[in-house]
Amino acid sequence: MKTPQRILLAHGSGGALSHELVRDVFLRAFYNPSLAPMADAALMDQLPPGRLALTTDSYVVQPLFFPGGNIGELAICGTVNDLAVMGAQPLYLTAGFILEEGLHIETLERVVMAMAETAQQAGVQIVTGDTKVVDRGAADGMFINTAGVGVVPLGIDLGPQRLQPNDLILINGTIGDHGMAVMMQREGMNFGSALESDTAPLNELLAALLATLPGQIHWMRDVTRGGLATVLNEWAESAQMGIELDEVKIPVREEVRAACEFLGLDPLYAANEGKVVVAVAAEAAEAALEVLQRHPMGSQAAKIGRISTANPGRVVLNTPYGARRIVQMLTGAQLPRIC
Amino acid sequence: MEFIDEFRDPALARKLIAQIRHKVAAHPDIRPVRLMEFCGGHTHAIFHFGLRQMLAGDVDMRSGPGCPVCVTAAADLDAALVLAEIPDVILATFGDMVRVPGGHGTLQEIKAGGADVRIVYSPMDALSIAKRHPDREVVFLGVGFETTAPGVAAIVRQADKAAIGNFSVLSLHKLTPPAMRAILDAGEVALDGIIGPGHVSAVIGSEAWQFLPATYGIPCAVAGFEPLDLLSAIAALVNAVAEKEPGVLNTYPRSVRPQGNQVARQMLEQVFEVGPAAWRGFGPISASGLSLSRDFAARDAARRFTVEVEPVPEPAGCRCGEVLRGVIAPPDCPLFRRLCSPRNPIGPCMVSAEGACAAYYKYNEGVPVR
Repeated sequence: MKTPQRILLAHGSGGALSHELVRDVFLRAFYNPSLAPMADAALMDQLPPGRLALTTDSYVVQPLFFPGGNIGELAICGTVNDLAVMGAQPLYLTAGFILEEGLHIETLERVVMAMAETAQQAGVQIVTGDTKVVDRGAADGMFINTAGVGVVPLGIDLGPQRLQPNDLILINGTIGDHGMAVMMQREGMNFGSALESDTAPLNELLAALLATLPGQIHWMRDVTRGGLATVLNEWAESAQMGIELDEVKIPVREEVRAACEFLGLDPLYAANEGKVVVAVAAEAAEAALEVLQRHPMGSQAAKIGRISTANPGRVVLNTPYGARRIVQMLTGAQLPRIC
Repeated sequence: MEFIDEFRDPALARKLIAQIRHKVAAHPDIRPVRLMEFCGGHTHAIFHFGLRQMLAGDVDMRSGPGCPVCVTAAADLDAALVLAEIPDVILATFGDMVRVPGGHGTLQEIKAGGADVRIVYSPMDALSIAKRHPDREVVFLGVGFETTAPGVAAIVRQADKAAIGNFSVLSLHKLTPPAMRAILDAGEVALDGIIGPGHVSAVIGSEAWQFLPATYGIPCAVAGFEPLDLLSAIAALVNAVAEKEPGVLNTYPRSVRPQGNQVARQMLEQVFEVGPAAWRGFGPISASGLSLSRDFAARDAARRFTVEVEPVPEPAGCRCGEVLRGVIAPPDCPLFRRLCSPRNPIGPCMVSAEGACAAYYKYNEGVPVR
């Protein structure tokens, strides 16, 4: 029988075509000892000591390929980063695929290869997975779900309860790159070749930070949908403390600013996929900044604000004009699917 | 960013602010100078750059009716709802319009119920839809001021040229000077000066505002949308008020000519005719609307389809009308932030990105910052 070029409903039936797909596409890319037996569940060796961290996320980005990344890279990085900001060492991932009938198998292969490469870069293994096929029109090419398991080493404790007044807030680089790269691709606009998604696994960077300054790092969050403004509002609310931001210190790429201007958007609300905000004790802030800036994923890191006792639950932005304005959480904007 | 950063220079902005404050201090009788920014884009820029609080006490800014979505009459929206529910009709419009409540619901509600409503970024997209679906009737719901109307006019002519028979426009376009007159004639709010809409004036010209000093004795400064643009306009208005020398000042000369854009004006004259229009918050204003002229009658959805709409009263307690006329500020409305929010908008000023209520909500106006 000739091998089909496109995904058929039969690829999800559990029969011969399903097996072929798993063998030729998934197993080839993701090969590892846990996956190889193709059992109903992956068995993992003894985990390192610490608290178990478990997370899951679904990825529905359109287009599947965008400048600086694709849905596959995103599906690994997003889940790895969710574990890493908790202070966990990411170890194992699962991968679930919902494929639309008619999807080119070559497209799937490119995505799966990208996932394998990114997983290797992040030092995680994909140990189990699932594939379903839905009728043409019932999914936008493909949707991916990944779940991740990691271990938080003993002694690491991050969270809103650790925030202290005068803690400084650091970010590892420019904001809005992912959101604007995807938007521009969707709208068919070009604002210069440098407009690329920042999709990247942050576990190595954050592990270095935690190893260098144990106890001084109080909280971390990856900055994804809703952008910097939304994440910091969540912080302010859950810690019931105020956050002060200095507009001029927030790094924004020139191309991103231009694209935002053009579309009437605010970079503070634009999505990221390789950015993290870190709350660090004031006396350790310089050292933390150095650790971030030494790593390629933090070369443009900056101190952008601080925790304060004024305006609890709110984020206040100091503008270059001397005005202070409250920055809200994203409300009701109709943005396309970006992650 | 070239052509933007020059107009955002913080040092220059601080100088202008100091200059404005100094001028008012030297003329205590004019304090606070009450100005209206007609345009919703200005309202948002003023909040975004924090200009209101920088001038608080000396300059009192009132938001005007310059949000096309907000001033669209509920009955007109209801007509669009009826049109969209006609089988075979595809109704195309801008994103903001689908969320605005008419008397009988919103376009997004009937879309969820099966009506074919499509969001477009430009009227050109609506014409493309008509080309792709020759067996369907495509109606573009045209909403906007003198700024958007020329683009619609161009598309109407293009549809004629390309003989695309299944494309029509429900024109709810409006003219801005008549609304400005209506506010001043009503005398509900005492205004010392007007910040003229920048993009509208790029089309109609700064001279179109001469009636403000001539008839009403107040100055008008046409402004751009960057902080230095707005501060220059405010400084010019404060000066004119202090020196009692009303006139029309063009502080946006890089976009606005005294006579405006001749090509765009001709386009408007060819395709549209001026007639009365219903404004939400105002009621009917004579000679304030643009409908398709007789030459383009076949493209006029209002003539092409018979639509009857039952009038429905405005939602109880909603004071969008007074907000649009500058009589009250959004926080003065009892629904504001309590029952009415961007997630659950009751009136149109909370729906549109250009609406004054949405701006006050987004920037937390009225909530003290320590």
